[in-house]
Amino acid sequence: MKVHIPTALRSYTGGLGEVEAEGATLDHLLRELDRRYPGFRFRIIDEQDGIRSHIKIFIDMEQARDIRATLREADEVSILLALSGG
Amino acid sequence: MTKSNRDEKKAKDKKSKRANADSGKTETDGRIARRPLALLIATRKGAFILRGNKSRRNWEISEPIFLGHTVHHILQDPRDPESILMAARTGHLGPTVFRSIDRGKNWVEAERPPAFRKVPEGQKGLVVDHVFWLTPGHPSEPGVWYAGSSPQGLFRSEDGGKTWDGVDGFNENPMRHAWVGGDQDGTPDGPKLHSVLIDPRDANHIYLGMSMGGVFESLDKGGSWKPLNKGCAADFLPDQNVEYGHDPHCVRLHPLMPERLYQQNHCGIYRMERGAGEWIRVGDNMPKKVGDIGFPLVLHPRDPDTAWVFPMDGTTVWPRTSPEGKPAAYVTQDAGNSWKRLDKGLPKRDAWLTVKRQAMASDSRDPVGVYFGTTSGEVWGSRNEGKSWDCLVRSLPHIYSIEVAES
Repeated sequence: MKVHIPTALRSYTGGLGEVEAEGATLDHLLRELDRRYPGFRFRIIDEQDGIRSHIKIFIDMEQARDIRATLREADEVSILLALSGG
Repeated sequence: MTKSNRDEKKAKDKKSKRANADSGKTETDGRIARRPLALLIATRKGAFILRGNKSRRNWEISEPIFLGHTVHHILQDPRDPESILMAARTGHLGPTVFRSIDRGKNWVEAERPPAFRKVPEGQKGLVVDHVFWLTPGHPSEPGVWYAGSSPQGLFRSEDGGKTWDGVDGFNENPMRHAWVGGDQDGTPDGPKLHSVLIDPRDANHIYLGMSMGGVFESLDKGGSWKPLNKGCAADFLPDQNVEYGHDPHCVRLHPLMPERLYQQNHCGIYRMERGAGEWIRVGDNMPKKVGDIGFPLVLHPRDPDTAWVFPMDGTTVWPRTSPEGKPAAYVTQDAGNSWKRLDKGLPKRDAWLTVKRQAMASDSRDPVGVYFGTTSGEVWGSRNEGKSWDCLVRSLPHIYSIEVAES
C-alpha cells in the first residue's frame, strides 16, 4: 500500500515522499518501514507504542489512534505532522 | 649525565607533558604547538560549531547542523576526540542521539536511542520526551556514555552511543516516583536528569542531579542510589529538612579534588566537602543586590578553589534574566568564601540575558578561557579567566548548551 511520508521524515526515506509497504496492522507496517529506514519508527512512535503527540497518522481519511489498527491492501496511510506550533 | 640527572629530567619531561596535555598543548622539539579550540553549541534550532584560531581571538561559525532540531547537548569524547555525541529531537519527532566519529563532519543516528522500558498492556509507562544531558564515562571504560532525560531517566551506552539501555537501578527503582515528584515538580521545560558526574578515581561512583529531585549518589555504577542533599535549601517545599525533592540546577565535581562538589541550585550556590557531608551555602557571600540564583556553574581546570557562576534574577516571579539588566559573571578563587564581579566588555545596561545550565564552559588553556551562550543567541568569551569579555557570535537561535572541544 501507499504510505505518504512528511518532509520531516524524508531524511530517512532518501527524500521519498511516498513509499510502498505492506502490513496487516499499522504496527506491522511501521516495523517494516523501520527495517528499511532504521530509526524511522521511534521518531513517531514512543517506547510504550503510543503515537507521539505531535504526529498524526491517517488510514485513508480516518485518523488512527492506536498502532494496532488493521490495514487492508487498498488502504493509503498518511503520516502527518500535527498543526501544533502555530 | 648521571642516572639521577637522567631520572630527574625524565620526571620533569613527564610533568611538562602532563601540564601541556592539560592545557591543550603538544610539545615538539621544545616548541609548543596548540591545537585550536572549538565550541560545540546546542540550540533550539540546531547545533553549531564555533571554531577558534590558536590565539582564541578569531572565531568562525559553522553552518547549522540538523537545522530545526532541538539540540539539548553536544559533547566531544575526551577519550576519543574524533567522537562527538548530540542529543536531539524536533518539535514533532521523538528524541534521539546522533553520533559523529569525524569531529562533526558526518553524523549517524543511534541504532537504539535512550528509551524507558515498555510496560505491560494497560499500565502507563514512562516516555522519554528529550535527552537532556550527555556524559562520557570513566577513562577506564572507553565507549561508555551516560545520558539523562526528561522526564528523569538515566541511560548508559557501552558502544560509543550506538545503543542505549536504561540504568534499571534508577529508572526501575521503586523510589523513583517519590524522588522525582509529580507533574507539578518539573521545570517549565519539563523535569530533567542532568549533571551526571563520574568520580575520576572510581568508575562505579556516579553522581546525578535532578530538577527536581536533588543530588543523588551511587557507589555501584547505578545499581542503587542515595540522596545527597543535607544542608541544601528547598524554599519551594514546606519542610526544609527533606531528604530529596531539591532543585539542583548544575552540579560539578572537580577532577583534581573529587571530594569537593559545587552546585548552583534553585536556592543558591553551594559547596560540599564529602568529609563534612553537608552542603554549605557559599552563595551567601555573593552581593545581596545580585543574589546567588542562576543556572550554570563552571570550574577552573587546575584550581579547585576557582569557579564561575552567572547570576540571574530569581526574585518575585523569577524573570531568570540578568539582575537589573546588567549581566555579569562572578568568580570565586577561594572556594566560595568571596566572589568578584566580572563584567568588563559586557553590556552595562538594558541586557536581559539568560544563560542556561549547560551554556557556560571553560577551556584548559592558561589563562583559562571562559565562555557562555545566551537564550538570545549570543556567545561571549573571555581569554583571561573572565577579566574581560568579547562577543564571539550573535544571532544564533536560543542557546541550550556550550561545550569546549578540540577543533
